[in-house]
Amino acid sequence: MAVTVSIPTILRTHTGGEKSVEAKGSTVGEVIDDLDSRHSGIAGRLVNNGSLHRFVNIYVDDEDIRFAGGLNAPVGENSNVTILPAVAGG
Amino acid sequence: MESYAGRVLLIRADLVEEIAAHARRDHPDEACGVIAGPEGSDRPERFIPMLNAARSPTFYEFDSGDLLRLYRDMDDRNEVPVVIYHSHTATEAHPSRTDISLASEPEAHYVLVSTRDQAEPNHTGHDLRSFRIVDGVVTEEQVEVVETYMFAHTGADDVPDRDASV
Repeated sequence: MAVTVSIPTILRTHTGGEKSVEAKGSTVGEVIDDLDSRHSGIAGRLVNNGSLHRFVNIYVDDEDIRFAGGLNAPVGENSNVTILPAVAGG
Repeated sequence: MESYAGRVLLIRADLVEEIAAHARRDHPDEACGVIAGPEGSDRPERFIPMLNAARSPTFYEFDSGDLLRLYRDMDDRNEVPVVIYHSHTATEAHPSRTDISLASEPEAHYVLVSTRDQAEPNHTGHDLRSFRIVDGVVTEEQVEVVETYMFAHTGADDVPDRDASV
């Protein structure tokens, strides 16, 4: 079961410049682990102490996973997972 | 210390005015937004004011749903965020430590405008400056304000500017 993951500009150094990559998993956490097995270091940019980094947003299709179970959010067949760093500052 | 390092933000005067007007409107809260442009052009064209979901005088953050819609929309149009702007309402137009640590678009021009009481307008007519923020390193760049991109050296100039009144 393949999921398409869109990668933001700042993380494309981990994917050889690719804007989107395929990954496997039935939850967002599993998808991230699978990504990290081929794109080393990417998990560390997304997850901090077992939870999603405060200033990273991950969406399954149109849903922000913060409102759908966090890293346990289910990922269905043919889902699109989108990673976007927050646009924020002080 | 910062240096210009030869970098320039070339931006239309009407877009500078849009940024300043948005900052004034939302003062004393910080205002924020994007000016999108064609991928690879480095040319800011489409002004997109965003809601500051933090509604704060010291912090800004795009709403997460708005953020997704914004990036999907830009993708559909083959655009990138050429400019990411926000205001400082009590401090100078310079990236704060938070701005530097959260900057996540290495190719964007981070434009800051100050609406503080002692704001000092520069050649842009506003207290407005532009920076690159890459891996925690801030580089200020010149801001060159033009009436139109038609005659500026911005690469492909085959599409006349909408506002060009020649």
